[in-house]
Amino acid sequence: MLIPHPLLGLRDSSEFTYLGDAALLDRPDGMAEGAAARFHDYVHLRDNPAGIHRELWFHEQGDRSWLVVTRNTVTHEILGAELAREARLKGGAA
Amino acid sequence: MRFSGFRVFTEALRGHKGWQPLWRNPEPQPAYDYVIVGGGGHGLATAYYLATTFRQARIAVLEKGWLGSGNIGRNTTIIRSNYLLPGNQPFYEFSMKLWEGLEQELNFNAMVSQRGILNLFHTDAQRDAYRRRGNAMLLSGADAELLDSAQVRAMYPFLNFDNARFPIKGGLLQRRAGTARHDGVAWGYARGADMAGVDLIQNCEVTGFRIENGRVRGVETSRGHIGAGKVGVAVAGSSGRVMAMAGMRLPIESHVLQAFVTEGLKPVIDGVITFGAGHFYVSQSDKGGLVFGGDIDGYNSYAQRGNMAVIEDVAQGGMALMPMIGRARLLRVWGGIMDMSMDGSPIIDRTPIEGLYLNAGWCYGGFKATPASGHAFAHLLATDTPHDTARAYRLDRFARGRPIDEKGMGAQPNLH
Ligand SMILES: Cc1cc2nc3c(=O)[nH]c(=O)nc-3n(C[C@H](O)[C@H](O)[C@H](O)COP(=O)(O)OP(=O)(O)OC[C@H]3O[C@@H](n4cnc5c(N)ncnc54)[C@H](O)[C@@H]3O)c2cc1C
Repeated sequence: MLIPHPLLGLRDSSEFTYLGDAALLDRPDGMAEGAAARFHDYVHLRDNPAGIHRELWFHEQGDRSWLVVTRNTVTHEILGAELAREARLKGGAA
Repeated sequence: MRFSGFRVFTEALRGHKGWQPLWRNPEPQPAYDYVIVGGGGHGLATAYYLATTFRQARIAVLEKGWLGSGNIGRNTTIIRSNYLLPGNQPFYEFSMKLWEGLEQELNFNAMVSQRGILNLFHTDAQRDAYRRRGNAMLLSGADAELLDSAQVRAMYPFLNFDNARFPIKGGLLQRRAGTARHDGVAWGYARGADMAGVDLIQNCEVTGFRIENGRVRGVETSRGHIGAGKVGVAVAGSSGRVMAMAGMRLPIESHVLQAFVTEGLKPVIDGVITFGAGHFYVSQSDKGGLVFGGDIDGYNSYAQRGNMAVIEDVAQGGMALMPMIGRARLLRVWGGIMDMSMDGSPIIDRTPIEGLYLNAGWCYGGFKATPASGHAFAHLLATDTPHDTARAYRLDRFARGRPIDEKGMGAQPNLH
């Protein structure tokens, strides 16, 4: 799989390590009501969709930036990639 | 139709005209007491034990493709009970004992071969860890032997003992472990279940659940509605997808694992060798092909194929361990989808929906579990209490701080 890195162009996916669903960018508020239950869901439960999936990849053997990659889990087709920082600024990962 | 040496002999004399199909191909009934979703190893074994050991009736297995089209027919066939943690090891040893009597019980040749599994170690720390694991195995009633490098050399002289990074210092050997013919296991359980009256319904995809007032009433399928008293889901890599139809999110990600087989060679490896440090393991099939594999690809996937990077990684592991493998030609590479759980251990439990039960999270190690998983799931379905060896496999264990994390990796499925 080739990941279209927004700064570096097409990079082989083997340069990256994979973390998982980009929903992990939305960390719950530890001080809020019901935080324990929300952290359980955040840490352990996943949508795990068959189809379009937004996910976090770390360019470990490259510029060490975190990307949000949009990929089809059924075909492995990669539909886009953006810097995780910018995805966050745009308001959440979902 | 029973199999025996005598039967094979008489069929040979009659031109093999007397063999019959191993199971019926029934139309689905409007309703059953038990509906098992998924006709892989675990679903078929569950139906078999429900109908025989637990004496239940009106049971159906619904399979979206053909029986054994999933991971049961894609794995590398290793069976073993060499786990460490108390939540796991007694369960896998129970499974090992069931394997030992399986062919007699099913009257079917599943080619169970106790050829031994050897886990190599390369450092003092790893030796200590394996000594501890071996002791845990002995405590559970399993067998374990710690070998030094001379003993390993006597078994497998061709291994690369003096690799600069991973010199072979010894290994943990379980002699009772080995391999079994994966699809033979599916066929044996399917035939046994069918003979006990279970309806095996193929080309029947479950597309939804009928749930009323928090209780499951049946399933919607590509062949119409089928009513059910209890529904047991055992769909391996599709667990997330199927349980989403019941409104549940699981502590599971689906990942792809690849496996490899070479052209047929003369006998060279008579057991199973694992080289964990190099992400490589290998055995030799009875046809002579070297069957090997390594790590999962590591990203969410529902495609039953993987990518080149892992193929290279596995090939490098093989070359590091046994350089002569470079002379063998690769015949096939394939992939299967596995339900990687948050602690690397499975789930056999009720769900918050009454009458709906879940058997999932088997990661890359569910083949060896097939007999015990079927037995324990049937126990749960029939009695509503967990089997003694499967008490730790609860769905809510993460919320209670009771994960069963053999590798100590935390909630990161692609690291288990
Ligand atoms: C490459 C590879 C190597 C492996 N090697 C080993 C090994 O050496 N040792 C070991 O112990 N384990 C191994 N495993 C793991 C093992 O194969 C699995 O954990 C185990 O087979 C899973 O249980 P199962 O047999 O019931 O799954 P499956 O055979 O996958 O059964 C699930 C079934 O559910 C069906 N299904 C899915 N969705 C639906 C639906 N909506 N409706 C109806 N049916 C549905 C599927 O078609 C499938 O037939 C390996 C796995 C892979 C992929």
